Amino acid sequence: MTELSSLPPAQAVVIGAGIVGNSLVSHLAELGWTDLVLLDKGPLPNPGGSTGHASNFIFPVDHSKEMTQLTLESMRQYRNAGVFTESGGIEVARTEGRMQELHRRMASAKAWGIDGVRLLTPAEVKELVPYIDESVIVGGFYSPTVGIVDSLRFGTIMRERAQAKGALSVFASTEVVGIDVEQGRVSRVRTTRGELETAVVVVCCGVWSPLVARMAGASIPLTPAVHQMIDVGPVPHFKDTTGVIEFPIVRDMDTNMYERQDGSGLEIGSYAHRPILHDPEDLPSVEAAALSPTEFPFTQEDFTQQLEDALELIPDVLGNEAVGIKYAINGILSLTPDGLPLLGETPEVKGLWSAAAVWVKEGPGVGKSIAEWIVRGESEIDLQSSDIARFYDCQKSREHVRARSAEGFNKTYGIVHPAEQWDSNRNVRLSPFHAREVDLGAVFFETAGWERPHWYESNADLLDEYGDRIARREAEWESRWWSPLINAEHLAMRDRAAMFDLTAFCIFDVTGPGALDAVQRVAMRRLDVAPGKIVYTPVLSPSGTFKSDLTVMRLGDERFRVVTGGAHGMADLKWFRDHLPADGSAQIADLTSAFTTLGLWGPRARDILSSLTSDDVSNESFPFATCRTIELDSLRVLASRISYVGELGWELYVPIEQGAKLWDLVWEAGRPHGVVPAGIGVYGTTGRLEKCYRAFGFELDADYDVIEAGMAWGTVKAPDFVGKDAHVRHRESDPVAVLCTLTVDDHSSKDGTKRYMLGREPVLSKSGEPLVDARDRRSFVTSAGAGPSIGKHILLAYLPPERAVVGEELLVEFMGEHYPVTVATDDSTSVFDPENARVRS
Amino acid sequence: MRILVAVKRVPITGGRIVLTDDGQAIQTRHLGFTISPHEECGVEEAVRIVEAQGGEVVVLTLGPAEAEEQLRECMAIGADRGIHLVSDEEWDAQATAAALVEAIRAEAPFDLIVFGNESADAGNYQVGIRVAYALGLPIVTGLKGLVVSDGRARAEQETASGRDVYEVGLPAIVTVKEGLNLPRYPSVPAKLRANRKPVAAQAVGRPPSRLQKLRLVVPAGRGKQAEILGRGPEAAPAVVEIMRRLGVA
Ligand SMILES: Cc1cc2nc3c(=O)[nH]c(=O)nc-3n(C[C@H](O)[C@H](O)[C@H](O)COP(=O)(O)OP(=O)(O)OC[C@H]3O[C@@H](n4cnc5c(N)ncnc54)[C@H](O)[C@@H]3O)c2cc1C
Ligand SMILES: Cc1cc2nc3c(=O)[nH]c(=O)nc-3n(C[C@H](O)[C@H](O)[C@H](O)COP(=O)(O)OP(=O)(O)OC[C@H]3O[C@@H](n4cnc5c(N)ncnc54)[C@H](O)[C@@H]3O)c2cc1C
Repeated sequence: MTELSSLPPAQAVVIGAGIVGNSLVSHLAELGWTDLVLLDKGPLPNPGGSTGHASNFIFPVDHSKEMTQLTLESMRQYRNAGVFTESGGIEVARTEGRMQELHRRMASAKAWGIDGVRLLTPAEVKELVPYIDESVIVGGFYSPTVGIVDSLRFGTIMRERAQAKGALSVFASTEVVGIDVEQGRVSRVRTTRGELETAVVVVCCGVWSPLVARMAGASIPLTPAVHQMIDVGPVPHFKDTTGVIEFPIVRDMDTNMYERQDGSGLEIGSYAHRPILHDPEDLPSVEAAALSPTEFPFTQEDFTQQLEDALELIPDVLGNEAVGIKYAINGILSLTPDGLPLLGETPEVKGLWSAAAVWVKEGPGVGKSIAEWIVRGESEIDLQSSDIARFYDCQKSREHVRARSAEGFNKTYGIVHPAEQWDSNRNVRLSPFHAREVDLGAVFFETAGWERPHWYESNADLLDEYGDRIARREAEWESRWWSPLINAEHLAMRDRAAMFDLTAFCIFDVTGPGALDAVQRVAMRRLDVAPGKIVYTPVLSPSGTFKSDLTVMRLGDERFRVVTGGAHGMADLKWFRDHLPADGSAQIADLTSAFTTLGLWGPRARDILSSLTSDDVSNESFPFATCRTIELDSLRVLASRISYVGELGWELYVPIEQGAKLWDLVWEAGRPHGVVPAGIGVYGTTGRLEKCYRAFGFELDADYDVIEAGMAWGTVKAPDFVGKDAHVRHRESDPVAVLCTLTVDDHSSKDGTKRYMLGREPVLSKSGEPLVDARDRRSFVTSAGAGPSIGKHILLAYLPPERAVVGEELLVEFMGEHYPVTVATDDSTSVFDPENARVRS
Repeated sequence: MRILVAVKRVPITGGRIVLTDDGQAIQTRHLGFTISPHEECGVEEAVRIVEAQGGEVVVLTLGPAEAEEQLRECMAIGADRGIHLVSDEEWDAQATAAALVEAIRAEAPFDLIVFGNESADAGNYQVGIRVAYALGLPIVTGLKGLVVSDGRARAEQETASGRDVYEVGLPAIVTVKEGLNLPRYPSVPAKLRANRKPVAAQAVGRPPSRLQKLRLVVPAGRGKQAEILGRGPEAAPAVVEIMRRLGVA
């Protein structure tokens, strides 16, 4: 075999020939890259990774749009390669609560454009899967396009495609033992068969990825974990079947198990056992592994309850003494702290990419998306939730990864509420206000490791004060992770004033002689403004869709302070870093942990602030969208007059150690004015939705452009910026969808219970048909929440232009029922205070 | 019929064997455990005899607490109960035989006592014979065929030229080899039943060993090797030839 060292420098080295690495090399070649090298430490075609023992089935419907898009793209590729066998699949429910969840699956399918799914009665399930005992279930969710794939064969086909183009060299039994980094960039890969120069390395090493990334000084935060699977047979029901699979795959959701035909046998897998985590260091070598490095000995005691559960559902097969357990493994796969893949260039090392924690069902879609991202700077499918740059350092620790992975494991088939909070490893990042908030009975939700009050129990009195103006939620689902106190705090803010803990903001300064050019290049809106101005701006991808939205304060000629949401902050930081001028004329400093932010908003905000300062905070002297340093009592505070809740007020920034003092000052000064502490429930939902403010990751993503989002205010600035050409093109054509605000006309369900949408529900025509725009995108609720001041439940949704008409009557599907809604605004005009008088008062 | 089968917990090896740093044991961190294929056949044979003729199959092991797993595997195949002599120490063949003899005496009488021909790890080829000697029972070793009826056993050994056939009156001891039968896969109900079957566990102390282990050495092997027999249809004759050699075609 040729030595690696004899090759010319590679355009990219892909490490790992599992489903991901194989897919990736083919797509890189497709996009015109050559001199690609694929390495694996194991033999081909099955080098011993997780791909080799996957059950290989694919269910397309997921609540996450991103995951669904990746899966649908993967299914398309598997079908085209002729390695997909459609079997259909049924998620069965044993409980009423699960049946509700299956209604939500129906809604997600409709929202993401997956047709043909339907709910089944137990008898209908029995008809499709004659060997199950329908008496233990209450229904099922049928996806006819579910199927299995031959992932090893697909991998071979993908490699061969790239090889046929003359673009790829493949080296099996070649282990990467080092990755050299020069000036923060990948330069060379060292292997057991020599070295190779390259500027791009993609780690597709599945459960080994953390080890390989570490060779370059980067982190891929995942943990190897066990997923148990057994194979039983021969199954008499399969005697006359000729294919590998002719019966639908069954997911027994409530027991966290699945049963799928495999020729004459039945594979039974489980996510029900205790989380069994391993360390990547602990995986055996190919030589020392008894079976494969990712097949650990079966631990029978973890599967006992599962046998009982499976026997209960399919007694006809499993109760048969002639059907034996032929094979049983503890298979190893990757778990991550938030359950999502780890994709993209690592923030630590330029040119070092991660494509890890990916399942067979997403492998080819991820391969294509990563190839596009590498070659073109962005992928067609928005990978924002999977972006490896999303983590803060504290979220990469071994203990954090293990704690969250362990907690998430048993939720693999779980009924997970959209606002569900993690239990493990909390109280990691505490704001300087934390002790005060605890005293005030704050109920904390976590974002990016920060504990943020979502509402305060100490505001209970407000419930009496506002009485009927606060809609109570009758159904358990919408009351989960929610409190009427959110609406009460909202009303108190609109009437008086409220204090918000915004410490979770991600803050970074761009400085230096090249700072203006640097921020101008990234921001869509003009930043050549006078110092003291604040600009809220979209940040665009090359194709003119949303990469982020954030605010920038110009603090000086050569200093810009970027403030962005905590959840996406680290990815924004990387995006800005990646676009710094090459000549070193601008620098970035991450100040997230240097400053705390206290929000003060409401009609009384100025009264409160002026009682603490002799500086002029009048509207004339301190207008909207400006910032300056003022003195509050003994503190020097950067006050920034903007608002995400549509009120007069300020974000107040001080060094983090002075935060407690700032809180006390504002609190004491605010009491005579009736200030209340208010949580993120107001800041992120009710306050913002009444103002129809868009949120990144909800309304704003790579699927929609600025014009569709109704944010193309003013003219296009002269200097070049990322996405400009595309943005100009978008302005020249009519939008294919329009972001609208809708209000719910009637909340009553068939049984009379009032129901409140939470987001992601499909929007339908009055006759119940999905709305589809000319780019084949379905209309769905991007955000939903109460509007206590307008007394209505508010929904945001992109609608096809012909439906985006004020007064248009539509339906929204929620929990299997349809609710009437009406379009309230068809642009960014808000449903509360449409003239924006309050923020400018 | 009362039949006792002696089984031993051994690691499942497949890849390169890795020793512990002190060379005293093999590294089992990544290894599963099982009983040898010989013993599996022994259990299967005993269960078949009792299924046909009635009676009881008892499985006996000397080993660490975890060896209960192996007793349960045997009970999932159909054994009725287990006897577990619990010890964490390593026993040589002589001491093992002595401990087994004592346990067998306490449970006697048995019509048939079954051993594997040799254990999968130590391969001492002697525990069964020592037990037979101590109990004063006849023994036939290395069996690939066994028929039990009317108080007698017909026992067949495979030889290079054919089979040697013995007849022995019961009670007797046999040591058996893989190929005696094709053991069944346990069914799900059998697995679940096995969890409820009784295991009598009792700690045993190891007598001073007369054998001293210096250290283990892994013989230089060829490691895992894959031979490509050909591609596409041309590979078929080579595959058939291998199947012939393995006796499956
Ligand atoms: C029992 C079981 C059943 C499953 N069933 C399904 C299913 O039905 N559907 C589904 O979608 N998913 C399923 N999965 C998950 C799926 O198997 C994995 O998520 C997927 O195969 C991961 O693919 P990969 O390419 O990322 O990693 P892998 O297939 O593990 O490939 C990584 C490769 O990197 C190589 N490598 C690592 N380190 C180095 C190095 N230093 N140098 C060179 N090479 C290196 C390894 O040898 C390996 O070949 C299942 C998993 C298990 C355990
Ligand atoms: C080179 C060689 C040639 C031989 N040739 C002949 C021959 O021609 N004719 C002949 O009759 N004999 C022959 N023997 C002896 C005979 O094959 C074996 O001695 C006999 O089968 C017993 O094996 P063993 O129990 O000593 O092996 P071991 O490896 O010690 O164990 C064998 C069995 O003992 C039981 N056992 C062991 N440890 C435990 C434990 N901890 N708990 C419960 N059960 C246990 C198991 O059933 C196991 O399968 C030969 C031996 C050797 C080494």
